[in-house]
Amino acid sequence: MGSMVVFAMLSAMNPKVSQQRTAWRRPAWQRPDPLLADTLSQPGHFSFGRPVTEEEIAALDIDVRPDGRGLPKGEGNATEGKVIYALKCAGCHGATGTEGPNDRLVVGDTTQGQARRIKAIGNYWPYATTVFDYIRRAMPFNQPGSLTEREVYSLTAYLLHANGLWNEKDALNAKNLPKIKMPARDKFVPDDRKDGPEIR
Amino acid sequence: MSRRSLLAGAAAASVVLVQTASGKAFQAALTASELADDPTKVPGIPPGVLGTRSPFEKPVKTPSDTSSRTPLQDLHGIITPSDLHYERHHGGVPAIDPTKHELVIHGMVDKPMVFTLADLKRFPSVSRIAFLECSGNYRGANDGKIRPQEICGLTSQSEWTGVALSTLFREVGVSPKATWFLAEGGDAAVMTRSVPVHKGWDDAIIAYAQNGEAIRPEQGYPVRLFLPGWEGNANVKWLRRIELGDAPFMTREETSKYTEAVGGGKIRQFSFTMDARSIITYPSYPVKVEKGWIEIRGIAWSGRGKVTRVEVSTDVGKTWQNATLQEPVLDKAIVAFRYLWNWDGSSTEIMSRAVDETGYAQPFLKQLLAARGGNMGYHFNPVTAWYLQGDGQVLFKAT
Repeated sequence: MGSMVVFAMLSAMNPKVSQQRTAWRRPAWQRPDPLLADTLSQPGHFSFGRPVTEEEIAALDIDVRPDGRGLPKGEGNATEGKVIYALKCAGCHGATGTEGPNDRLVVGDTTQGQARRIKAIGNYWPYATTVFDYIRRAMPFNQPGSLTEREVYSLTAYLLHANGLWNEKDALNAKNLPKIKMPARDKFVPDDRKDGPEIR
Repeated sequence: MSRRSLLAGAAAASVVLVQTASGKAFQAALTASELADDPTKVPGIPPGVLGTRSPFEKPVKTPSDTSSRTPLQDLHGIITPSDLHYERHHGGVPAIDPTKHELVIHGMVDKPMVFTLADLKRFPSVSRIAFLECSGNYRGANDGKIRPQEICGLTSQSEWTGVALSTLFREVGVSPKATWFLAEGGDAAVMTRSVPVHKGWDDAIIAYAQNGEAIRPEQGYPVRLFLPGWEGNANVKWLRRIELGDAPFMTREETSKYTEAVGGGKIRQFSFTMDARSIITYPSYPVKVEKGWIEIRGIAWSGRGKVTRVEVSTDVGKTWQNATLQEPVLDKAIVAFRYLWNWDGSSTEIMSRAVDETGYAQPFLKQLLAARGGNMGYHFNPVTAWYLQGDGQVLFKAT
């Protein structure tokens, strides 16, 4: 109790503390979790943890966004990608990317079997940048994170080429990759379910 | 008791004392033949450092290459024992040294920060009981020979404890212009999902504990993102990085996966909320019941809030009665229900449907298919029926 009184006095005297205390007057969506309603006297900052350096962030920050942010320098092409694919990818995804046993990557022949179940890069993936991001972070399955930037560009170029979306000889890089318009892009819609009785 | 069996009992007991310091090895290895004829005539084993499951109880998950399913039909109450919590991984379960694990928060923030596990535990803690469910969680079987575990065993419930993400958001000073954040795991898939920032302010938890102890490796040890009521995949495990941004990052898991065709050539994306659902866990396949009194039991849950009602039909959906909801009935949590029924022995179908506080009633399979252009896929939560044959055999039936 005593400390609260002291704190209140400090707050009145110290504009900085006072500012921290009034930080709660924010829009409702910025107010604390209702679960924390019993800790209203918590400070604006605890000063636990430490600032992270640009170098530390750069070592972790591997994501690539649809606008191309995060893509590294360098380039690759489908001709080189085809060789890498045969060596490191075909075992799980099939000789031409359609056979499996794991995810089908290339649309290929859609007249056989249940065509509408095919979710390949060429007919289902809405952004080409995702192909680069995913290969770089997670593939090959047994050696994730082992590919060079050039290998990732080349594999991306090969898979886009195999889906009819990129010329075999053209160099793929940070500038042209985000500009590739994927066939499925306009099919994607944000969740349109609303709270209420409607079945959607 | 004969002298021989007394000696046998004494010998077995001494083996116990010699073999184990904890008692765990003994209990796990105990076979029926090692049991005393009369446990009141032989001293039991001493206290141990870890409790054990009775060797007579063998609830197990059913693993595939990428997931493992909770044996819903073997459980009671609303808490899933931590070792029976369902699993879904995209690059296996990583082995992480908690003293080396850190969470970086950066991007559209005033002050990019890194937190050790010890740092996270110093912040005010929050705790809640809530379900977690994989959004790809419906299976059927034409021959009816399928258990709740196979139908929807990618649902489990725990008490999750950690620091409110809103607390960390304030600590780093999240920009008012930030609308999405990327959550990234430290597993071999370095798995990522984009999450709307408002969920972080609302009720997201950076969880380090599950059912009173540190989170299990399969559930994200040492820290995971927990988003009450939202599809399991977005609850990124082994969380190592959060990046605030002004648009979704369009990761593989939110584009080529965890999206669903909904008719008209459209594919629904960012469908986070898990709709209301229920399943009768007793009686269910492979049980065979006898005519007479049967307590129909099951579980229900909704990602939109509280379950307000569970209706049970014992006449193929012609009439419905309210089941009893067993307290506690919690927000975005599994609730247990029961309905006492006197079966006359004639073949019928029994089924349950959950209704939540938004007025949403769990749909039948045909309704869902009609609403989604004939497509199945993620977020499929149909009413599930059990067919009771005249001989008491219980079989799954689609609705």
